[in-house]
Order: sequence, then C-alpha cells, then structure tokens
Amino acid sequence: MSQSLLSLTIQWVLHLLTLLLLPPLIPGLINKVKAVLAGRSGPPVFQLYYDLAKLARKRAVFSRTTTWVFLAGPIGTVAAGLVAGLMVPFGHTGTPLAFEGDVILFAYLFGLARFLTVLSALDTGSSFEGMGAAREVAFSALAEPALFLGFAALAKASSSLSLSTMLLGAGVGSGRIAGPLILVLVGWAIVFLTENARIPVDDPNTHLELTMIHEVMVLDHSGRPLALVLYGASLKLLVLGALLLDPLLPRAPQAWQNWLGFWVGLGVLAVAVGLVESMTARFRMTKVPQFLIAGILASAFAFLLLLV
Amino acid sequence: MSEEAMRTLLNGQAIPLRDVPELNLASFREAIFEGTRGGARLACLCATSELRLFAVLAEDASKQLRVASTRLARPRYQALTPECPQAHLFEREIAEQFGIIPEGHPWFKPVRYHQPWSDQPSPWGRTEDSLPAVTDFFKVSGEEVHEVAVGPVHAGVIEPGHFRFQCHGETVFHLEIALGFQHRGIERALLGGPHALSLKQAETASGDSSIAHGWAYCRLLEALADVEVPARTDRVRGVALELERMANHVGDLGALSGDVGFLPTASFCGRLRGDWLNFSAEVCGSRLGRGWLRPGGLYQDLDQAMATGLLPRLIQSWADTQNAVELMWGATSVMTRFEVAGRLEPTQAREIGLVGIPARACGLDLDVRKDHPFGPYQTNPIQASLAESGNVHSRAWVRWLELMESQRFLAESLSDLAGSEPDPRSGPLPPLAADSLCVSMTEGWRGEVLHLALTDGRGRFARYKIVDPSFHNWYGLALALRGEQISDFPLCNKSFNLSYCGHDL
Repeated sequence: MSQSLLSLTIQWVLHLLTLLLLPPLIPGLINKVKAVLAGRSGPPVFQLYYDLAKLARKRAVFSRTTTWVFLAGPIGTVAAGLVAGLMVPFGHTGTPLAFEGDVILFAYLFGLARFLTVLSALDTGSSFEGMGAAREVAFSALAEPALFLGFAALAKASSSLSLSTMLLGAGVGSGRIAGPLILVLVGWAIVFLTENARIPVDDPNTHLELTMIHEVMVLDHSGRPLALVLYGASLKLLVLGALLLDPLLPRAPQAWQNWLGFWVGLGVLAVAVGLVESMTARFRMTKVPQFLIAGILASAFAFLLLLV
Repeated sequence: MSEEAMRTLLNGQAIPLRDVPELNLASFREAIFEGTRGGARLACLCATSELRLFAVLAEDASKQLRVASTRLARPRYQALTPECPQAHLFEREIAEQFGIIPEGHPWFKPVRYHQPWSDQPSPWGRTEDSLPAVTDFFKVSGEEVHEVAVGPVHAGVIEPGHFRFQCHGETVFHLEIALGFQHRGIERALLGGPHALSLKQAETASGDSSIAHGWAYCRLLEALADVEVPARTDRVRGVALELERMANHVGDLGALSGDVGFLPTASFCGRLRGDWLNFSAEVCGSRLGRGWLRPGGLYQDLDQAMATGLLPRLIQSWADTQNAVELMWGATSVMTRFEVAGRLEPTQAREIGLVGIPARACGLDLDVRKDHPFGPYQTNPIQASLAESGNVHSRAWVRWLELMESQRFLAESLSDLAGSEPDPRSGPLPPLAADSLCVSMTEGWRGEVLHLALTDGRGRFARYKIVDPSFHNWYGLALALRGEQISDFPLCNKSFNLSYCGHDL
C-alpha cells in the first residue's frame, strides 16, 4: 500500500514537473528543426527559457486604454492550461485529476482561455487586435466541433467520459477502433495546428500584423505578461500534443518506460510540426475554414463508424 | 499637329532650353492628351519657380522622348488629371512644391507635407510643415465597415509609410497610402549643383537603387558636359546595374516566399542576396554600389583579373539561386497563394502610367534598357521580361525572368571585361552647358528611373527633378488591393516592393 502510494506520488510529481518545466522546450525544438532544414544554425533549443527569464525581469508597459481585463488574457491562458494539463494523461502514467465528464471541463478550459484572450485583445482598442480576435473566434468555432466529435467517438469506444480512460482505456488501440482512431487523430492534428497557431493556418514567426490570427491578439503585451503569453502558448502545445500522442503510445510494463515513451513522443511531434512548417506555405485566410471543415469531417466519420 | 509641337529628344541627350517649345496652356494640355492617347507615357511633369511647366512624354515604340513646356500667368491652371490620370501625383507634387493649383483635380492632397519652395501660399492653407499623413482620409461608412490604420511604424525593419484601409470584414474596399515621412529635400539640395555631394544625394534618392540613380545622374552630367564615356566603362556600369538587380530580385523572391510562410526559399535567398551584394562590395567596397560610378567614368574599375576571378563565382551563385527559387515554383502551396492575390488589369496599368516590374507583369512591354537604350544596352540588347496575369505570381515571375536575363548579361560582360584593358582614368568633367535641358533615364530593378535637369546661365542646376519608379507605382498597389483580402496586403505589398524614400525624396 505504502509502496503504491509512493509510486503514485512520484508519478504526480513527474506529471507536475513535466507540465511546468517541459513546455518551453517544444517551440525550441520546432524552431531548431525549421532552422536546420533551412540550412541555418538557428536559436538554441532552450531559447524560450532564456526569453522567459529575460522577460520576467522586465517591466510591463500598459496602454492607457487598457484595464484589468488586459491582464486576464495571459493569466487566464496559463491558469486554464495548467488545470487542463492536470486532467490529460501524459502517456500511460496516470493523471492527478480525473473524473467522469472531465472531458467537457478540459475542452471549455481552452474555451475560457480563448474568451479571456479575445477580451484582453479587444481591451486594447487596436484595430489589428480586433481583427485578430474576429479571426480567432471564427476559426475556433470550426475547430471545436472537430475536437468534440473526436471526443464523442472515443467516448463511444471506451464508454467513458473521463479523459484518461478515453485516451488510454481498454478499447483504445485495439483493432476495432483503429480505423476511427486514425480519423480522430487526423481531425485533432488539424485542431492542434489551428489552436497552436501553426503553419499552414497561422504563422507564429511572421511580423506581418495583417496576416496574423493568434499572434496579433497578444501584440500589446510586454514584460511579465508577455512571458505568460509565451509560456501559455507552449503549455498549449504540450497539453494538446498529449491529446494527440496518448492513443498512439503503447503501454509499457515499467513506469519509467511509459514516461520515456511520452517524452520521446513529444519530441517526435515537435519534429513533425517543424517538418510541416518547412515544407508548406500558409493557406490563404479564406482557405482556412475549408481546412477546419476537413477536420470536422474526419472526426464526424470516426464517430459514425463507431455507431454502426 | 500638337505632337509635332513637342520637341523630340533621346534618352540622355542635352538640348538648349530655347529649343524646348513653349506652348500656350491649351496646346500644352492638348499635346499631352494626344500623346498619352497615342500610347506615350507621361514620364515626368514638373514645374519651376517661374511658373513654367515641363512635360516629358516617353514614346516607347519609337524610342523617343518628347518635351514641351508652358508658362503660366498665374499659379493656377486647369488640371490634366481628369483626362490624363497619369498626371495625378505629378500635379499634386507641383502644387506642393510651387503652390500652383491644378483646378478640378479629383484627389487634391499633399504628397510630402512640406511648405511650397517659392513664396506662393500653400494650396491647402497650411502655414507650416505638418507631420506627414496629417490629412483627411477617404472614409467608407456603414454597417460592418471598419477602418484599419497601419504604420508609419511597422513591425519589420522597413521604411515608414501610412496605410489606411477601409474594410468590410476581411475584404478591402479601399486603400489610401500616405507617404512623406522620408522627405529629405533632395531636389532642393541639388539646386545650384553639381556640388561635391550631388552624386551622393542622387545615389541615396533610393538607396537600394544607388546604381540606377547614380548612373542616371552621371549620364545627365556627361550629356550636359558633352563627354563621351568609353564603351568598356559603360560595360562596367552595366555590370553594376545588373548586380544591383540580381541582389534585389533574389531578396524579393525570398521575401515573397517568406511572406506566405514558405521557409526554404526564404532562408536560401536571404543568404544568396548577400552573395550578390558582396560581388558589388568586392568591386567598389560598398554592398549597395555607392561610390562605384563617377560622372565621366568610374571611381572603381573592374579590371581583367577581377573579372576573371568573379566569373566562376558568379556562375556558382547563379546555380544556387536557381536551386533556391525553383523550390518555390515547385511548391503548390506557394503557387496557390501567389496566383489569387493582387491582380491589376493592363488597362488600369496603362491609365495610371505604371512602370517597371508591375507594368511588365500586366504584359506592358516596356523597359528603358530596350525602349530607350543607354550605355551597354545599345550594343547588348536586353529582352523585356513579360507576364500576363498582373497578380503576385506574375510580378514574381517577371523577377525570375529578369534574373535569367541579367545573369546572361553579367556572364557575357564579365568574360568581355576579362579580355580587355581598362580605359585610362578620365579627368574631371568640363563645365556643364548653360541654359540647357537634359533627361536621363535608366532601368533600375524597380523600373524606370528618370532624372531631368535644367541649367541656368552659369551651367548650374536651376531645377533638378528625380522620378523614381515608386512615384508612378504606389497608386498601382492601392488599386491592386481593391476587393482583396486584407490578410493578403503584405504579400501584395512585397510583390511591388516600392521605395518610400524614392517617392519622398
């Protein structure tokens, strides 16, 4: 009993450490892959850690038009990301927080974060940020069905509404649901790229305000709030990345093997994102909804396949 | 009859001022209208402080220029713009510089927001220099219409300019561009010249076109001083101009690729642009080609050994450039972006007097190197590179074709230069002809660069007019944006890649 309590504690500590410390490494890896493929040496893999350390020591500048709402975006994003990160399993390692129906909370924590980010963008009164907010809301309205139809398919397959069971439960990975699972993952990959503002939907590295979706909403942040924004974005990569990885990871007998599997999986995911970004251009803004509808269709088909 | 009323001259030919016909206003207007109706372009329209207007028409088909002038009795006249839209920015400029009001101008706003040079009051009733872009902008109002203001401070390291969009959701109804932030008063500084600094000032009219502007200035002085430049020296100048074109086109193709988020070409071209710039630096010590040309000759000659050394590396850089750019042409995701954005109709292009890359991208067959050949292009003709669709893809494609043509010219010229002795160094220029007019045009990488000078009784500049291609083309960008997605603006803007300082002077 004490043995399992100890291992449970270690699991939770590892989960918390991964959740808190690992995220900034993912954008670093993506950027490294992109740099290498472009023949550049690129910034160090740990660049975002350095940036966060630098920003944490900087004073923030606030526009006179902004109010406390302006700060709700960065704080809300990080808070929501951390809570969601407690509910999503990092591979076959158990989660600190799991209950029936947590999947709904999980999805709407991101909804809350988006709502707060949009509010803080509108609070600046900038036409750019208003435009970005309109785009973000329009596109996430199309991303949400893809996410939920995928959840519906997995809920049907695992007869559960708890994330850890749905993603890692008995049915998942078995032959019967392999087909639908592939479709769900295709739909979620699209959601992953959209929610994280990656190419081909958005370009996280562009300096062109008029083309931005997510990035333009956080232009006015500086100092510590900007550090929160950057950290929150990397947190989102981790949490949504875990969602994509979990159904793919095989269950290993040893806990350390499961952890290793998850971390390696994350690295592979970062490399994959870097590869996509190195090989394709951004979509025209008018094409993005079509891309998202493809995601909805993939998830919807998965759900239909499981119904029959 | 009025076509004959204008005096014909060649690119880079000086004529006595008394040979420039002085028409009455009505026949001056009619001569311009008839010329532009017949396919000529209004290459320059400018005024002097004596209220005299000069017009230069470029007749590309017959390789000729035509000039005429008129003397105004009072500082107002009936605007040409309603019948000849090409004149719209020239007339605003004249109003701003000399307080001469073009009555009936449909879009009468300042250009660079400075006070008139002469004693005339400002046509807008401004009593002192105002900040640029402080003016009334055209506004669209109504449900769901919103206004987006971009600049003058931009997110990248680029020049300042203000863009005002009237949008309906993501669609742009109207774009108004307000410039003037880079106004340095170059034309005024050149008055009374040539001074010691005049060449520098000409070169920095638009710094990325240093050779194009510097060469136009040198040819102008050489024509006024009646000095022939040896063929080999002209060849070296041609190498300078084409290296400038290579560097800028390679940079632009990379930047276009970067703007749609296609990394490979963006990164490779970023490096390769440096290679092309460094070739210029190797010869003259400046990556932008500053201090390479000199009125009458060259500051830095390209001798046999240097030409021999450059040639193989040039061929290597060209091979790398081809690899990098062909990646982009092969990427469907890039082509789908390029082909739908920023279309301009050939009729629009003709009406507003577009020049350079955007004009050729609409199929307008004009290139100063071919139409009004100068220097080495008289003996080594260049083909104008054309495309048809007038969109971002066409503008990128024209750059690509021009790269090939420039590369051919460079390779030929370097092997010729490697086999011939440098010309003896020429002495300083004799004094310039008094009371003369000269128009000198070159084809910079953006398009037609025109310098016009009037000399006074002592052979000094009484008026110096610079027309950068950007002056003609900014309005083309505004037109190309109509009905476009606002998110495609940066891409369209990059496909024109116009100069702010070349416009602002």
